[in-house]
Amino acid sequence: MTAATMATGAAAVALTGVDVAFRLADGGVFRAVHDASLSVADGEFVAIVGPTGCGKSTLLNIAAGLLPPAAGSAEIFGARLAGLNLQAGYLFQADSLFPWKTALENVAIGLEVAGVPQADARARAKDWLGKVGLGAFGDRYPHMLSGGQRKRVGLAQVLIRDPKILLMDEPFGPLDAQTRQIMGNLLLDLWSADRKAVLFVTHDLEEAIALSDRVVIMSAGPSSRIIGDWRVTLPRPRDISEVKLDPAFLDLHREIWTMLKDEVVKGYTQAESK
Amino acid sequence: MSRVTLVTLQVLVAVVSVVLWHVLTSYPIFGRTILPPFFFSNPFDVGKQIVAWFASGVIWKHLYVTLIEATLAFVIGSIGGIIVGFWFARQPRTAAVFDPYVKMANALPRVVLAPIFTLWLGLGIWSKVALGVTLVFFIVFFNVYQGIKEVSPTVLANARMLGMNERQLMRHVYWPSALSWMFSSLHTSVGFAVVGAVVGEYLGAAAGLGYLIQQAEGVFDVAGVFAGMFVLAAFVIVIDMLVTVVEKRLLVWRPNAGDARP
Repeated sequence: MTAATMATGAAAVALTGVDVAFRLADGGVFRAVHDASLSVADGEFVAIVGPTGCGKSTLLNIAAGLLPPAAGSAEIFGARLAGLNLQAGYLFQADSLFPWKTALENVAIGLEVAGVPQADARARAKDWLGKVGLGAFGDRYPHMLSGGQRKRVGLAQVLIRDPKILLMDEPFGPLDAQTRQIMGNLLLDLWSADRKAVLFVTHDLEEAIALSDRVVIMSAGPSSRIIGDWRVTLPRPRDISEVKLDPAFLDLHREIWTMLKDEVVKGYTQAESK
Repeated sequence: MSRVTLVTLQVLVAVVSVVLWHVLTSYPIFGRTILPPFFFSNPFDVGKQIVAWFASGVIWKHLYVTLIEATLAFVIGSIGGIIVGFWFARQPRTAAVFDPYVKMANALPRVVLAPIFTLWLGLGIWSKVALGVTLVFFIVFFNVYQGIKEVSPTVLANARMLGMNERQLMRHVYWPSALSWMFSSLHTSVGFAVVGAVVGEYLGAAAGLGYLIQQAEGVFDVAGVFAGMFVLAAFVIVIDMLVTVVEKRLLVWRPNAGDARP
């Protein structure tokens, strides 16, 4: 079931019948994702949830143009994607800041490489650091920042370029529970200002429901598919810690979890039997 | 351990060694001198020789020559290492073709090249520079190569997604990463530049610390050999301290290098 949620105009991201295959060292082929179709309307916040190793991140890399699909197509605002998707900003799971640049330089770099004069880029970077609550940390190098602070810098680094699409690969995965909540609220705040299309990958169902407009479930790999698509109608603006107590949230969580649970178990047994 | 205690202990080690050296070379113990002064000289003679060198000023010329040779060897070797390191890291096919030859050249004990360099370049500074270059080049080359290969794939993907083209990737990603690896081996490469210069001088020269030591050895002037060694050691320590200062400035962004974690 891949509920088409076509808004007016072309979808921000439309994946159709995407297959992803990797060549293995022994000559075989590992098919990570099979026949995945997914569309994200402009301004829509979609979360992809699935057990570990189901190819969620792979799907994101397809949308980013970092990985070509073995079959199927990726379209961005109606245009077939060839090469990198430069309309998208990508927030990675692992540390992706430039360790040799200060926080300010890290945020400004996206503008500088696009030809914005350095002084101008730095001034705007300073604003963005303020927006993510790191106004006083501009001259710190990444290793002097905590994990949560690094993610904030990463968020500013991506958003300063004003991408039309935001791709996020378990961005808050390595953070502790409290920091995750704070980061989630920060993300929702920034997002509500200009509602970009967001594709948010996570293994945390609660986080997915609390943040998004739609939750998409992927089956356990290999050859994982999209097996569920739920609309989240909780009112916005949301506060993550409060919305989790909403009865509607709990109902939806229960409903999705019954399906996800089977896949998680399947994912584990497959991982163990390898 | 506080800084004062540390320095005190460090000085104490030097004092004890010198006193021991003096006692063992100057006073017979159970009827015989354990370290014969002919082979081991003694601290006073060595000190006198050092003072004489500095008082007459002859030492400055030799220090200057060695410094020039080491500096040239370091600069030329580094530039060569950076260029070839970048080239090989970006052109895996070239790297694969040259790989056995690079390994071969690196495995070769560089001292055997000294006579060749002397033949080619004469007894002046350039034969010593060449010897230093062959030592420095490989250290810098391997580090730059590694620095480019080891760029985190996530950082690279991030740079691409931020819209960097090849030239910008080079400037903002590959270059800083390569430099950081090169700087982390700065102590070794600077040390080898000095080794190249001194060994080259020792094998045939008209000036330099290596030449001074070789001359003293030629006339069994053990005090002169030891004096040369001490001046060389002090020279290397001073250079090493300078390198540490430079390194601290250049690698502030590195964990532990700046030690500025709040």
